[in-house]
Amino acid sequence: MLTHGRSGHVWKFGNNIDTDLIIPARYLTTSDPVELAKNAMEDADPEWADKMNPGDFIVAGDNFGCGSSREHAPIALKATGLSAVIARSFARIFYRNAINIGFPILESPEAAEEIKEGDEIEVDLTSGTIKDLTSGKTYQAQPFPEFMQKIIKAGGLIKYLRQQHPQLR
Amino acid sequence: MAQTITQKILAKHAGLRSAEPGQLINCKVDLVLGNDITSPPAIKEFERIGVSKVFDKKKIFLVPDHFAPAKDIKSAEQIKMMREFAHKYGIVNFFEIGCMGIEHALLPEMGAIKPGDLIIGADSHTCTYGALGAFSTGVGSTDMAAAMATGEVWFKVPEQLKFVYTGKLQKWVEAKDLILYTIGQIGVDGARYMSMEFTGPVIDKLSIESRLTMANMAIEAGGKNGIFGIDAKTKQYLTKVHVTRYPLLYSDKDAEYKQIYDYDVAEIEPQVAYPHLPSNTHPVSKSGHIKIDQSVIGSCTNGRIEDMRVAAKILKGKKVHPDVRLIILPATQNVELQMIKEGLMEIFIKAGASVSTPTCGPCLGGHMGVLAEGEKAIATTNRNFVGRMGHPKSEVYLSNVAVAAASAVAGRIASPEDL
Repeated sequence: MLTHGRSGHVWKFGNNIDTDLIIPARYLTTSDPVELAKNAMEDADPEWADKMNPGDFIVAGDNFGCGSSREHAPIALKATGLSAVIARSFARIFYRNAINIGFPILESPEAAEEIKEGDEIEVDLTSGTIKDLTSGKTYQAQPFPEFMQKIIKAGGLIKYLRQQHPQLR
Repeated sequence: MAQTITQKILAKHAGLRSAEPGQLINCKVDLVLGNDITSPPAIKEFERIGVSKVFDKKKIFLVPDHFAPAKDIKSAEQIKMMREFAHKYGIVNFFEIGCMGIEHALLPEMGAIKPGDLIIGADSHTCTYGALGAFSTGVGSTDMAAAMATGEVWFKVPEQLKFVYTGKLQKWVEAKDLILYTIGQIGVDGARYMSMEFTGPVIDKLSIESRLTMANMAIEAGGKNGIFGIDAKTKQYLTKVHVTRYPLLYSDKDAEYKQIYDYDVAEIEPQVAYPHLPSNTHPVSKSGHIKIDQSVIGSCTNGRIEDMRVAAKILKGKKVHPDVRLIILPATQNVELQMIKEGLMEIFIKAGASVSTPTCGPCLGGHMGVLAEGEKAIATTNRNFVGRMGHPKSEVYLSNVAVAAASAVAGRIASPEDL
């Protein structure tokens, strides 16, 4: 469930972080989450997957996840144990994919701007409240439309479908 | 209520009279597509749903093209998984090497796309089919899985952007330059979540192959779809590929657009998008002296017969520069056959090009021409992100076909005028 609060440290990235940076195509001969996680963000920061700790956050600029439709991108990030990505904005296929696999993303231009690398933050995924424990500031992310909240609450699109269409089984 | 083509197609597939920007709708799909990278996770998710059959055996297209012919054991396993899935569920449209092609070149060519269709594909360049007046967009593997089971997909109706092109095209300017220029103007997120409709007197004169090139790169501006109206050229193309029954859809004259962009194409010369974003465009004449190690002509953007003819025009009787590797990838078996019939194959081989079987190959740094550290390539492909064609410290410059061919001869980024 994604309803509890999470806290961790922040890794900052810039604008237009494309899915080739998140998981390069040379690793796409598998879709195993554990394998993909080892190479997450490699072409943006080759050591990131080793340095980061489960529970951490990525805070980025505009258009996070642009480029390829590869769901391997949010799958890789989720499998590292990353709590969520907070960005000024997301590219649309990445946005869909993250919701569909139940990986938390939050849109907040102010948070993306002001939160600094290494800050400790706490996020309540239900309310979309982002607390920067280092600076003491609080931000409110854009709420998801109700329909998307249902998918997120179910834990992804497949689980949502199984709830909605018991006849499918 | 005045609507654009995009709105009309979305509304029809949702069983509604109209579709307003921002509205969340559930649509029936006419075609679901996947490749050898995106299908394996989709197949795993599909099996998790637990259904006993797919929504329609004829409406699912599985095209292993990215790492096909299988480049290593893991790729072979991924393609095998697709093959077994196709057999298990009786999916007829599974295309192995020998009859395959790059998905977005193959489907229009085989008459699988018709105007008014709603198409989703687990590949971001699925937006290509908008050239034929279809609503077509890229999704991820979970969406593909859900659609294979239910035949449905959810959408937020996008806001509408219109791009109007007027004026006389300069020599050597191709559709690729129009779209690169447009992305250069509005940026890689200039059409984020939005629909891009391409119109104007210049567009009316463009061939369908050229329109496919433009629609293909709508995603590079963040667009949800790229779309063109249906005209005599569309009808002629569809007749040739045996598509006979389809609705004639047009955007209403008073349809609302979030923004309308007007471009005078007389001011556009061949464009080169420098690393590492497709929006980082420069006119080729201002490119300076950039030495290249490789030139790639092909991909879902520029791998059709029209592109091969342009390349042959430049390369006929010339030799590829000794420091350059020129790789030419016809996008489908048919394109390759036509190249042989027209004598293009001979021109390419005599010029010193390496001609490959159809594959996405080097476009995404997969195989068949991956770059080493520090190498530079010019390519007719669609992305120049960090590490896109190989080593994270290699570089990709995007261009049209004529510039990629001329550069292969010159050994540096060059216009055909420089030869």
